[in-house]
Amino acid sequence: MAILNVNGKKTEFSGDEDTPLLWALREQLGLTGTKYGCGIAQCGACTIHIDGEAVRSCVYPVGALEGSEKITTIEGLSETGEHPVQQAWAELDVPQCGFCQPGMIMAVSALLAENPNASDADIDETITNICRCGTFVRIREGIHLAKKKL
Amino acid sequence: MTLLSKTSRPVSRRNFIIGSSAAGLSLGVLAGCTASETGSTVEAPDYSSLPANPEVNAWVHIHHDDTVNVRIVRSEMGQGTSTGLAQLVAEELECDWDKIQVEFPTPGQSLARNRVWGSFGTGGSQGVRGSQKYVREGAAAARIMLIEAAANDWGVPASECIAANGIITHKASKNKTSFGAVAAAAAKLSPPEKVVLKDPKNWTIIGAPKKRLDTADKLTGALKYGSDLYFEGMKLAAIKDCPILGGSLKSFDASVPMSMAGVREVLQIGNAVVVVADSWWQAHSALEATPIEWDGGELASYSSKDIDALLEDGLGASETFTGNKGGDVAAALKTAAKTVKATYGVPAQNHATMEPMNATALWTKDKCEVWCPTQNGEAALSAAAKAAGLPPEQCEVYKVLLGGGFGRRGMSDYVTQAVEIAKAMPGIHIKLQWSREEDMRHGFYHPVTQAKLTGGLDADGNLVGVDLKISGQSILAALAPQALANGVDYATFQGLLPSGVNPRLEDQILKYSFPNFHIHHAMRNPPVRPGFWRGVNLNQNAIYLESFMDEMAHAANRDPLEFRLAHLKDAPKMAAVLSAVAKKGGWGAKDGKSRGLACIYGFGSYVAACSQVSISKDGKLKIEKITAATDCGHAANPQQIEAQVQGSFVYGLSAMLYGEITYKDGQVEQTNFDTYNSMRIADMPEVDVIIMPSGGFWGGVGEPTIAVGAPSVLNAIYAATGKRIRQLPLKNQNLST
Ligand code: FES
Ligand code: FES
Repeated sequence: MAILNVNGKKTEFSGDEDTPLLWALREQLGLTGTKYGCGIAQCGACTIHIDGEAVRSCVYPVGALEGSEKITTIEGLSETGEHPVQQAWAELDVPQCGFCQPGMIMAVSALLAENPNASDADIDETITNICRCGTFVRIREGIHLAKKKL
Repeated sequence: MTLLSKTSRPVSRRNFIIGSSAAGLSLGVLAGCTASETGSTVEAPDYSSLPANPEVNAWVHIHHDDTVNVRIVRSEMGQGTSTGLAQLVAEELECDWDKIQVEFPTPGQSLARNRVWGSFGTGGSQGVRGSQKYVREGAAAARIMLIEAAANDWGVPASECIAANGIITHKASKNKTSFGAVAAAAAKLSPPEKVVLKDPKNWTIIGAPKKRLDTADKLTGALKYGSDLYFEGMKLAAIKDCPILGGSLKSFDASVPMSMAGVREVLQIGNAVVVVADSWWQAHSALEATPIEWDGGELASYSSKDIDALLEDGLGASETFTGNKGGDVAAALKTAAKTVKATYGVPAQNHATMEPMNATALWTKDKCEVWCPTQNGEAALSAAAKAAGLPPEQCEVYKVLLGGGFGRRGMSDYVTQAVEIAKAMPGIHIKLQWSREEDMRHGFYHPVTQAKLTGGLDADGNLVGVDLKISGQSILAALAPQALANGVDYATFQGLLPSGVNPRLEDQILKYSFPNFHIHHAMRNPPVRPGFWRGVNLNQNAIYLESFMDEMAHAANRDPLEFRLAHLKDAPKMAAVLSAVAKKGGWGAKDGKSRGLACIYGFGSYVAACSQVSISKDGKLKIEKITAATDCGHAANPQQIEAQVQGSFVYGLSAMLYGEITYKDGQVEQTNFDTYNSMRIADMPEVDVIIMPSGGFWGGVGEPTIAVGAPSVLNAIYAATGKRIRQLPLKNQNLST
C-alpha cells in the first residue's frame, strides 16, 4: 500500500499501485488543483513538487513512491496563496481560463527555488508547459517579477 | 497522520459537495474584492435580521451591505468577458467597483423569465459587443430606480439627486444613502420608460484597465472546473466513441472491464463504449483494456489524400459561389503586363482546449440536471432535455468556468453523452470525462481549405485585378444548413465580403479597394466535422489575401506597406492600424531585421501586425517580435484586450507552426499533444500591443487579431529567406537557406 505524503499530511493510497499520482491526488485526496491535460507528460498541467522538484504527476505511478518523499501540490504551495509566484501572477493578471496555471505556477516555483536568478534562456529551457489561452508573455513577466519578491 | 478509511467507496474527497438545489448560484459567483479587503476598519453592520433584498431588476441584485451582484449569461472561458461586462454595468449603475460580484443565471432561470438576459451564446467575439447595449440599459434603469427610491424616501424630486460610487446624494440637503439601503424600495418601482446612456467621454470604468474578477482562485487550485466537480455518490465515466469516420460499434467484450477494480457499469451509448467506475482512472484503465471491434463502413480507408483531391477538384471548378466581386477581373487579367499565380492551403485544426471535454449529469424520471463548461448554456439545456427525454422546464444546466473554449464548447455533444449515461444509471451523479485522445479524435475541426489566387499588374506595377478562389469546407453546411443562402455559406468569406449585402456579416467586410476582382468559393465538404475555431474563416482568408498582397507587392517591386496603403484610401481606420504597426514595429528600418505585415477587418475590428523574425542557416525560425494594433471602437478593458491579443497569437501561431489534423484509415491520426503540438514559452515572441479605439462602434476582441499573426510571420519569413510558404503547418516545411 503506497503512502502519500502530501502537503505535510500522510495518507495511505488504497488503489492500484500503477495509478498515476495525478489521479490519486485528484480522486482520493480531492486535490483537484492539479489538472489533467494530456496524461503523457506533454502539457505540464499536472505538475507538482516531489522533494521540491517539478514532476509531471500524470506519468508518475504511485507505486514508485517510497513514502518518505515530500509531495507538494498547488494547494500546499503556500498557506494563503501568497507565494511570490502567486503574488506576481495576481499582480499581472496572468491567468486567462486558468486551467494550466496551477501546473505553470508549480513549474515556475520549482525553477525559482533552484535558480532564483533564472534567465530568459533558463525559462525557455525549463518551462515547457502548454497554455492554450496563450498567457506566455505575462508568464515571462511574472517570473521576472516573482524573482524580485523571493 | 490521517488515514482514509477503506470503504466500499474508495474515492473520498474534501468538502467539495454541492447541493444540487443551491449549485447554480454557488458555482456561479465570481467575487471581486469584498468590503473586508478594502481596508475599512469600521465594523460591518449586522444585516442578518433583515429580509434579503430582492433584485432591483434582472441585471442587478444589491445586498444590504452594498455588494452588487451583476448577472451575466455570456460564458467566461478565460477571455475576460465577465469582467468586461461587469465594467459596463458598473459604469451605468454608478456603483462601487470594489463591491461588484458576477453571477451566472442558469438557462433554466432564463427560460422561466422569457430570456430576460438575452442570448447565452458566447462566440464570434460577441461577448461584450453583442450585449453591451442591453446590459448598459439594464444597469442604467436600475440606477434610475435606486435614485427614485431614495428621492421618494426624502420627499424630493429624483432630478435633484445623483448617484456615484454606490451612494445617492440629494444635492441641496446633502442627504446621503447607499444603494443597499434603498434596493428593496427600488425593486418595487416600475422601470423607467426611457434610459439615456452615458456619453463615452464621461466613462470612468469602461476603458479602465480593471483587474479581472476571477483571478484569485485560479492561483491556488481552489477554482473548480467541470472536471473537478464532486458529488456524494458520484460515479465517473470514460468514453470511447467510434474513431472511424461514419463507422459504428460492432462489438465489445464487457466481461473484461467488469472484472476490473471499481467498475460499476459498461454501456453502449450510440457508437461509443462507456465504462463507469468509482474513479476516473479506474474507468479509463478498464476502457483501455476493453476489447472493442469497430465497423469501418464506407470511409474505412479515407485519408487526407482524399481531402486534398477533393479540394484540388474545387480549385479547378468553374462553378463557384461568388462572395464579392467588382469590375471585370477576367478582362483585366488578360491585359495585365504581369500575372502572379499562387495556390495556398491551410489544414484542419483541433481546438484542444486545455481542459478536455466533460460534463456531469444527474437524471431521474422527472428531472435532469447538468453541470458543465459550455459556451452556450441554452444549447446545452436543449441538448440535455432532448437526451433526457424531458421537457426543458424539467431540466437545468449549471455553468462552470471553462478550461478554454475557443469555439469547441459551443457544441453540446459531450452534454448529450453525459445525460445518456446518467439516464442509464438513474439517481446517480455521473461525471463524464474525456481523455485527451478522445478530445483529439472527436473534435469539430477548423475547416480545411485551399485557395488559388491570380493577380494582375500593369506596366507601372499597379494592381489591375485579383481573383481569389477558395476551395473547401463550409462550417454552416455541416452545422447549420438552414443558415445557407441558396446554398451559399457567406461566412466562408469572412473579411472578404462586400458591405451592405448581409447585415449579419457586416462586421466581416473587405476593406481593400481593388479595381477588378472576384472572390469565390467552390464548396467542397469532406466527411469530417467542421466547427467554429477561434477566428473561424478569417484565419485562412487573411493568410490567403495578406500573403498574396505581399507577393503582388514584391512582383510589382513596391514596398508592401505602400502597396497595401494604396488600396486602403477608402478605409482610413484600416490604414491607421497598419501604419501604426509599421511605425512602431520598425518597418523599413535598415537594421538587418526581417519583417512582414498583415492587416484585416474582422469581427467588427480593424487589426494589423508587423512581425519580425530571424531564421538560422539550418532553418530554425525565431519569431522575435510582433507589433499588433487593434481598433475595436470602444475598448472596455485595455489590459484584458492586450491579453487577448497576445493569447490569440499563441493560438494562431501554434496552428501555423505545428497544427494539422490529418486522416488515415478513416481516423484522425493525431492523438495527443505529442502529435498535435502547441507553442511553448520558448516559441513565444515579444508582443507589443497597440490599442487604438477610435470610438463610435463596438468591435470584437477575442478573435480578430489571431488572423494577422500567421500571414505577417509568413511574410517576414519571405523577407528573411526569399521562400514563400504556401502550405501549412510550417513544421512540414524546410526553411534552411
Ligand atoms: S497531464 Fe501530465 S503533462 Fe499533461
Ligand atoms: S490560461 Fe487557459 S490554458 Fe493557460
